[in-house]
Amino acid sequence: MVSHAIEVRNLYKIFGPRGGDYVDAVKNGLGKAELNQKYGHVLGLRDINISMPAGGIMVVMGLSGSGKSTLIRHINRLIDPTAGEVLYDGVDVCKMSENDLREFRRHKTAMVFQKFALLPHRTVLENTVYGLEIQGVGQAEREKRATQWIARVGLSGFENHYPNQLSGGMQQRVGLARALTNDADILLMDEAYSALDPLIRVDMQTVLLDLQKELKKTVVFITHDLDEALRLGDKIAILRDGMVVQQGTGQEIVLNPADEYITAFVKEVNRGRVVNVETIMAPLSGNPEGMPIVKGTVLEVAARAMTSANQTLAHVVDENNRPVGAISLSAIISSMVTPTSHEAKAA
Amino acid sequence: MAGLCESLPNFLCKFPAFSDVSIRAVRKSVDDGFKALVRSYVNAIDAMVQPLQWFLNYLERLFVSSPWPIILLIMLAIVYFGSRNIKITIGTAISMLAIGLLGLWNDTMVTLAMVTVCTFIAILVGIPIGILMARSDRVQGVINPILDVMQTMPSFVYLIPVVMIFGIGKVPGLIAVVIYAVPPMIRLTNLGIRLVDKEVLEAADAFGSSGWQKLKNVQMPLALPTIMAGINQTIMMSLAMVVVASMVGVGGLGKNVLQAINNQFFTVGFLNGFALVAIAIIFDRTSQAYGKRLQKHSEVIHG
Repeated sequence: MVSHAIEVRNLYKIFGPRGGDYVDAVKNGLGKAELNQKYGHVLGLRDINISMPAGGIMVVMGLSGSGKSTLIRHINRLIDPTAGEVLYDGVDVCKMSENDLREFRRHKTAMVFQKFALLPHRTVLENTVYGLEIQGVGQAEREKRATQWIARVGLSGFENHYPNQLSGGMQQRVGLARALTNDADILLMDEAYSALDPLIRVDMQTVLLDLQKELKKTVVFITHDLDEALRLGDKIAILRDGMVVQQGTGQEIVLNPADEYITAFVKEVNRGRVVNVETIMAPLSGNPEGMPIVKGTVLEVAARAMTSANQTLAHVVDENNRPVGAISLSAIISSMVTPTSHEAKAA
Repeated sequence: MAGLCESLPNFLCKFPAFSDVSIRAVRKSVDDGFKALVRSYVNAIDAMVQPLQWFLNYLERLFVSSPWPIILLIMLAIVYFGSRNIKITIGTAISMLAIGLLGLWNDTMVTLAMVTVCTFIAILVGIPIGILMARSDRVQGVINPILDVMQTMPSFVYLIPVVMIFGIGKVPGLIAVVIYAVPPMIRLTNLGIRLVDKEVLEAADAFGSSGWQKLKNVQMPLALPTIMAGINQTIMMSLAMVVVASMVGVGGLGKNVLQAINNQFFTVGFLNGFALVAIAIIFDRTSQAYGKRLQKHSEVIHG
């Protein structure tokens, strides 16, 4: 199974009975506040262009009201756009007929919800088979596949429990198992972990990362938590007031925040766990000195290795053990603390 | 205030009604028109209600002519397996035995047959209409005022057209009871479906459910507690209306009550009244316990 990328192009969403009438005005610069005050319509999304990597985790981050949940609902068209397209494998989801859309939702997408949205009258197993049941897969086959995924998310033995008998974390595992059982290319996770407490959230992030290593689905993950975004995201887009303010890898965003808004966000980030050694290494001059550190290591791990080895100098090596750059402990530490320029900007 | 009238023109004092003659003419033409309409379709109407008649007669004969221990045992079995509650079952046994001892067994069976058929038809008619209402605001806008009229119109009043169309007998009584008892079924089905959690519906959509799959897998099961309340209400209202329907020829306990009113038979009236109450309580407790049992999954909340 090869996952495809999702291309979101020039997507606009204006909520209200005559949203379509105002697209041109918004394209010409009509603001959110003005649209709301003068015409009583709400600007949900404005000119969204994101290409979501095939087989990777795309995180869309933003605070509440930024339009992130609206955006993810355009990918399986739970919400119809006012203008623009969402392309998957060359097909515009927004132009599908009702039947095509239903088939697309059944076979290509699966979704996990913030409030779990499990069927309360069905057991864990019956909830998990839901997608396959809708597709018309036979009972023996769908229960076999569902049982397997229930085991993968760590819920073996709870198959015959009702959702009400489970804790929030366990319920979301059911939500995840239900989505994975569908075996769809696209996994949509709408603030899937936001309702969980911090320890369980980290736990569930690990579950997702482990699964993703072998599944290689195209995951779209919505969150309001930057730490979660940095941990999970192969690519991150930050939304504010329905617009993309910055998109790129976690490192790019942490090291080069596009504006004050994002600077304020990344100020609190533990950079040592985000930035890699090759990002800050100096070009190699002369022979490699000190201990070798593998490319892709985050600063915190590198610093720990160097201090415990009692070394102040190290060189970065690639996968084939060839030296590619030099790095010093002081450089690492100065990169791990928030630069003063950011402090000033954010304040 | 009365003195005020003397100084005012007449039409401000006495409400200027249409003349008696013209009202009478309109009334007569409506009545005659309606009668003529009924007369011209009398065969079609008879053919339409014939299956109801058969069903009702069959069930009544079954209830009345089977040996009473068999009926009692079947009833107790239904009550027990519906409610899984020994107290309700014992209560049923005692009240049914008391009814039998007081010589009301046959009349009770007639009433039971009637209420069973009425409830069955009310559910059959009510649930689809309720579903239609839940799916469209426009349908809801049309049906809601009709239900309002059905529920507030004194039940004696719509006995009149029913008798005009169907004559006197069991079937007209049945139709009157169904008209009276179906509104809560429709309203509560509609309400139950509309109250289904939007998030769960969205999840069903996201997995590609068709309209029918959504109805079958999500909306109906989640609306079930409310629908059960509707069924319960429908049974209670059928039992109440069975007495009124005895005025158009429905037999059973209702007829006894009617006779008791006419002849001032205090004891007979109350005994039959209590028999109705007993049946009502049996139906109510059993259907409620059954409804609660269906919702077992929602009782155990994670601590």
